[in-house]
Amino acid sequence: MLIPCPYCGARDSHEFTYRGAAVGPRPDPARPDAADAFHDYVYLRDNPAGDNAEYWYHGAGCRSWLKVVRDTTTHEIKSVTGAGGEVKP
Amino acid sequence: MRYSLFNIIANGLTGQRFSSPAWRQVAPKPAYDVIIVGGGGHGLATAYYLAKQHGVRNVAVLEKGWIGSGNSGRNTTIIRSNYLLPGNEPFYEWSMKLWEGLEQDLNYNIMVSQRGIINLIHNDAQRDVYVRRGNAMIVNGAGARLLDREEVRSYLPFLDFDNARFPVKGGMMQPRAGTARHDAVVWGYARGASDLGVDIIQNCEVTGFLRDGDAITGVATTRGEIKAKKVALAVAGSTSRLAGKLDLKLPIESFVLQAFISEGLKPFMETVFTFGAGHFYCSQSDKGELVFGGDLDGYNSYAQRGNLPTVEDVCEGGLALVPQLSRVRLLRQWAGVCDMSMDGSPIIQVGPLPGLYLNCAWNYGGFKATPASGWCFAHTIAKDEPHPLSAAFRLDRFRTGHLIDEKGVGASPNLH
Ligand SMILES: Cc1cc2nc3c(=O)[nH]c(=O)nc-3n(C[C@H](O)[C@H](O)[C@H](O)COP(=O)(O)OP(=O)(O)OC[C@H]3O[C@@H](n4cnc5c(N)ncnc54)[C@H](O)[C@@H]3O)c2cc1C
Ligand SMILES: [Zn+2]
Repeated sequence: MLIPCPYCGARDSHEFTYRGAAVGPRPDPARPDAADAFHDYVYLRDNPAGDNAEYWYHGAGCRSWLKVVRDTTTHEIKSVTGAGGEVKP
Repeated sequence: MRYSLFNIIANGLTGQRFSSPAWRQVAPKPAYDVIIVGGGGHGLATAYYLAKQHGVRNVAVLEKGWIGSGNSGRNTTIIRSNYLLPGNEPFYEWSMKLWEGLEQDLNYNIMVSQRGIINLIHNDAQRDVYVRRGNAMIVNGAGARLLDREEVRSYLPFLDFDNARFPVKGGMMQPRAGTARHDAVVWGYARGASDLGVDIIQNCEVTGFLRDGDAITGVATTRGEIKAKKVALAVAGSTSRLAGKLDLKLPIESFVLQAFISEGLKPFMETVFTFGAGHFYCSQSDKGELVFGGDLDGYNSYAQRGNLPTVEDVCEGGLALVPQLSRVRLLRQWAGVCDMSMDGSPIIQVGPLPGLYLNCAWNYGGFKATPASGWCFAHTIAKDEPHPLSAAFRLDRFRTGHLIDEKGVGASPNLH
């Protein structure tokens, strides 16, 4: 699998570390329903058979955190941005 | 038909003209007391014990493909009860006990082979961890032995004992562990359940649910709607897909795990062994092939095929410790979609909606659990309460903090 890093170009998936579903943002611990919000944030997943938004870390490249949208049934990569959604430096 | 040496010979000599199929081929009825979705080992064992232990016989098992086409027919067939934590070990030990009597109970040859499993030890810290785990196993009646280096050599003389990175210093063995023939387990339970009146319906995919308010009252399938008082899911890697149709979010992610076999070799590997540090485990089948595997493909996937970087990684791990494998050719490779949970342990649950029952999150290790999972899930469905042995596998443990995290890696399903 090649991941088109917005900074480095298409690179082998070996260079990346997978962090899991791009859920977030992290809930505010002071909100009244914080326990529920954290349960949801930490443990519950849509786990789609289809497009999944996920975080990848380009450790053996530019060392950026990336947000990748990938089809979990074909592994086709639909889009890659910086983790915060930024497109290009 | 009861199988015996006599009728195998008699049916062989008469060209099988008087034998009957192992399970009945039936069309779905309009309604059942219990519908079990998923014709893997867990679904079929559940149906068998519902009928046998609880007298609930108006039951259908609905399978979208052929029975055993999921992980039950794709695994590396290792059975063991070498767990550490209180929520897990008594359950897995009960499963081991059921395995030990299963062939007689089912009147079916499932080729249970208690050849033992050895987890290799490479340093002091690992030995401490295995001593602790072995003690937990002994306390729970599973039995365990700590092996020194020379004892490991007596079982596995071909290992590279002086490997520079991972020298073999010893091992932890569960002598009662071993392997069983995975397809036969599926077929044996199917035959047993069918004989007790359970309808096994293949090529019948559940596509949705019939609802009455919150309650589940049946399923929509590719073969029409079927009503049921209770609907039980045992669909492994497809659990989130079905739960999604009920707007349920579960603490599960689906990952692919691969299995490999080599060409057939003369017998040289007596036991199962695991090289956890190198992400490799292996046994030798009765036909002589090496059956081996390693880690998950590291990212969420429903593609039931597996990827080359993991093939390379697993083979490297194996070669590092068994150098003579370098000349052995890989015969086949395949993959299954595993229902990985956030703490690496399973879920058996009444609900979370009225009329619904969940059996899932078996991760990459649910084959060994098949008998006890069916046993406990049948109890859960029949009595509407958890079985004491699976009571810790509740869904709300993620909310209350009562996680069962054997590996201690936290909410990272790809690392368990
Ligand atoms: C490569 C690999 C190696 C493994 N090795 C081991 C091992 O050595 N030891 C061990 O203990 N465990 C092992 N496991 C894990 C073990 O195989 C599984 O945990 C276990 O088989 C799960 O059984 P099951 O009955 O829950 O699921 P499955 O056998 O996957 O059954 C689920 C069934 O549900 C059906 N289904 C799905 N969706 C629908 C629908 N909508 N309608 C109708 N039917 C549906 C599927 O077709 C499938 O047949 C391994 C798994 C893999 C993939
Ligand atoms: Zn990069």
